[in-house]
Amino acid sequence: MSAFPLTRLLDNASTIFLALLAAFAIAIPVLNLLVPAGSGLHVSTYLVALFGKYICYAMLALSIDLIWGYAGILSLGHGAFFALGGYAMGMYLMRQIGARGVYANPILPDFMVFLNWQELPLYWYGFNHFAYAALMIVLVPGLVAFVFGWFAFRSRVTGVYLSIITQAMTYALMLGFFRNNFGFGGNNGLTDFKDILGFNVQAEGTRNALLVVSCLALALSFLICRTIVTSKFGKVLVAIRDAEARTRFLGYRVEAYKLFVFTLSACMAGVAGALYVPQVGIINPGEFAPANSIEAVIWVAVGGRGTLTGAVLGAFVVNYAKTFFTSGWLAPYWLFVLGGLFVAVTLLLPRGIVGTFEWWHERRAEKKITALPASAPHAAE
Amino acid sequence: MRSFYDRIVALVLVAGILFGGATVARAGAYEDALAGFTTDSFGDTADAIDSLAASGDPRTGLLLEALKDQRLLYSVEAKKVFIKDQSDKLTDAATGEAVATPPSDIENVRLNNRVRGMIDAALGSLTLMAKEPGRRLDAAQAVFKSRDSSALHNVDKAREKETDPRVKKALTEARAAIILYSGDSSSPEDKIAAIAVIRDRGDQDALGLVDGLPSDLPPAVRQAAASASAKIQGNLALWSAIQNAWYGLSLGSVLLLAAIGLAITFGVMGIINMAHGEMVMLGAYTTFVVQEFIRARNPTLFDYSLVIAVPLAFVVSGAVGIAIERSIIRFLYGRPLETLLATWGLSLILQQAIRTIFGPTNKEVGNPSWMSGAFDLGGITITYNRLWIICFTLAVFVALLGMLRFTRLGLEMRAVTQNRSMAAAMGIRTARIDALTFGLGSGIAGIAGVALSQIDNVSPNLGQGYIIDSFMVVVFGGVGNLWGTLVGAFTLGIANKFLEPYAGAVLGKIAILVLIILFIQKRPRGMFALKGRAVEA
Repeated sequence: MSAFPLTRLLDNASTIFLALLAAFAIAIPVLNLLVPAGSGLHVSTYLVALFGKYICYAMLALSIDLIWGYAGILSLGHGAFFALGGYAMGMYLMRQIGARGVYANPILPDFMVFLNWQELPLYWYGFNHFAYAALMIVLVPGLVAFVFGWFAFRSRVTGVYLSIITQAMTYALMLGFFRNNFGFGGNNGLTDFKDILGFNVQAEGTRNALLVVSCLALALSFLICRTIVTSKFGKVLVAIRDAEARTRFLGYRVEAYKLFVFTLSACMAGVAGALYVPQVGIINPGEFAPANSIEAVIWVAVGGRGTLTGAVLGAFVVNYAKTFFTSGWLAPYWLFVLGGLFVAVTLLLPRGIVGTFEWWHERRAEKKITALPASAPHAAE
Repeated sequence: MRSFYDRIVALVLVAGILFGGATVARAGAYEDALAGFTTDSFGDTADAIDSLAASGDPRTGLLLEALKDQRLLYSVEAKKVFIKDQSDKLTDAATGEAVATPPSDIENVRLNNRVRGMIDAALGSLTLMAKEPGRRLDAAQAVFKSRDSSALHNVDKAREKETDPRVKKALTEARAAIILYSGDSSSPEDKIAAIAVIRDRGDQDALGLVDGLPSDLPPAVRQAAASASAKIQGNLALWSAIQNAWYGLSLGSVLLLAAIGLAITFGVMGIINMAHGEMVMLGAYTTFVVQEFIRARNPTLFDYSLVIAVPLAFVVSGAVGIAIERSIIRFLYGRPLETLLATWGLSLILQQAIRTIFGPTNKEVGNPSWMSGAFDLGGITITYNRLWIICFTLAVFVALLGMLRFTRLGLEMRAVTQNRSMAAAMGIRTARIDALTFGLGSGIAGIAGVALSQIDNVSPNLGQGYIIDSFMVVVFGGVGNLWGTLVGAFTLGIANKFLEPYAGAVLGKIAILVLIILFIQKRPRGMFALKGRAVEA
């Protein structure tokens, strides 16, 4: 326990992960912008956007892992926070279009003109300023999560009940956002973006910049998560995960711990969604679909819940598999693979990839220790 | 001038009918009226229709039908009118003889909207005397709608002779409608009496009649109309509430049917089965396959297709359920979150499997004859398929309740639920009971699929639409309690339908979800929560 704080924060796996991420954030733009298109090492702009998307998914996975892996809260509605952040960013991007829309209305986005709206709804005000939008990206998902969590945790809704009502929450939001009179573009969502902070969204430079920003955000989120889980606060979270009632009897305010980590995780998901939208160029109510949220949970399960690097790895592996399967003749089989993944991981690989690796590593270490008769039994963490 | 002459003739003839000598006058009236069709003037045509209606001649109906369908032709030269039948054969309207060579200047009798309205009214009064009560009823209702004052006389006559109470009531209402709109020709007392009759009818049409009265009526009549209007509106509000309650019951029964199997797997066994919706879907596809088979082999059995499909769907879904329990879920007992994920994966696989086998499009599942159609009950329309589904749902519920209560398997299921290790000590093979319980829940979902195939699209996504609602029902009603599921399903169904008129379908649904989320805050274990030691287990 007397370890230097930084080494506690950055164990071997974390250091490797951050180094890889940094290398990735530097290598991809270099290979895309500086290596000529004909070269075998060239990374196409399509791939840059794809990797950017993966990074955002990884952030979402990280936010889920923080609450599921460490506090035992299985949220089946985290896609809602992701989408809310995305919508906040989408609103900013819509306002940036200005008079360049199809109907050339300098204030109203196209879909509002189309619906014969005369003025901007109140909740769209301020989204033409990036700072305000950035605030909303964090605030809106955070506030929704805070209110939802405050109600849920206070009345001790736990386990599968919580999972089901989070799913109902994202389902209700999806139904709402599908409606035209909600003022978010109905089922078409928000799209046709032009500029972000004055740069063309479609341009290669912007795409690379977004990728780098996403990597930075992922690294920052990772460090925040690491700080939490290695602190005393994190130990309490794990205690809540493993024996909630006992932790409460020991005098900890379980609700407060859960509420804090749930809200933080929702903010993180919101930022991930906000970075996702300019890279894919659209946000629509489909992002709220319960299936999306559950899919994000399986990324964490595949990578290994309770291991932050695992969540990121899982997001990459599953989404790479998805891209691979859905882009070719294998497309009809993707759902078999995904469904099989759910079953196989829960049955055969409950610790996930990274978790299994760590477990195997620890066992080897234990064997070495037990081989020396004098040493004391080593407690697994 | 000519039209005036015709009118006199018609009047004389009508007088003739009324004051005896009917047979003689009749024969002449019909033939004379025909002349009105040969002048190519709407006024004359209208007069001719009037006189025909008054003539009471049995051929009038045929003629007016022909006129309505543009099959009535005339020739100025021959001064004759011809009826063309469906196979384009011409007959002389006056003599009824077939015409081999039509005159060269033959032309259609032209119609305008006024004439069309008169034809309908005249046909309406004619059929007032028809033999079949159904046609008489239709005719009376047609007169009620048209309020044609010329029909008053016929209505009165028909009313005197009428023996069927329903038709008589319709005739009384038709008469009231005519009197109400007859201008100054009837006294205020008659009008007030008529308003009372219309008020007692009490539907949307009656409201239209009472509200649409001209404003220059005597104050007493206006007052009567206003109070009648208020009464009818109250009546309509009541019926619309009853209608909503009926729709709510119908939706509730669908929810119950979908959730009842879940109440067993989730409520009794504590297994989160996200593939539950797919079990429902399997049942619906079983129905589809059964119907296809019957269509191909023995179409006469079609009316029995659902009866055949119910046990088959139970077996198919139940067998898949047992297979799932044995191969996957039994390794995950005590880990509910993992079960949730694994069964979600299963649901994806099942959906995609069905999509691969049957294709992604909706499959057509037919309604047997005894499930199609509807009947009126007071102010609402009840469709047979909804009625059957409610009955069927309750039957399934009662059967399940009885099974849990009175059979050996039910006893063992309850024992395993309450205390697994003690049950095992008593010699119950708990693993076998687990599999059978899960199979039972899945099988009931399959049965639900048979019923839902009658009212929903049979597609690979069928189950998806029900899974969240079913969970809401079970959670709302209270886990581990079938009665809670029953009350939960009907409460949610009725609440949904009562919210819909105010908030719209989607917002109503959102409101319900929000209400449930709030409700769970208040009572985290549902309406009928289990108490005691079982709670934390």
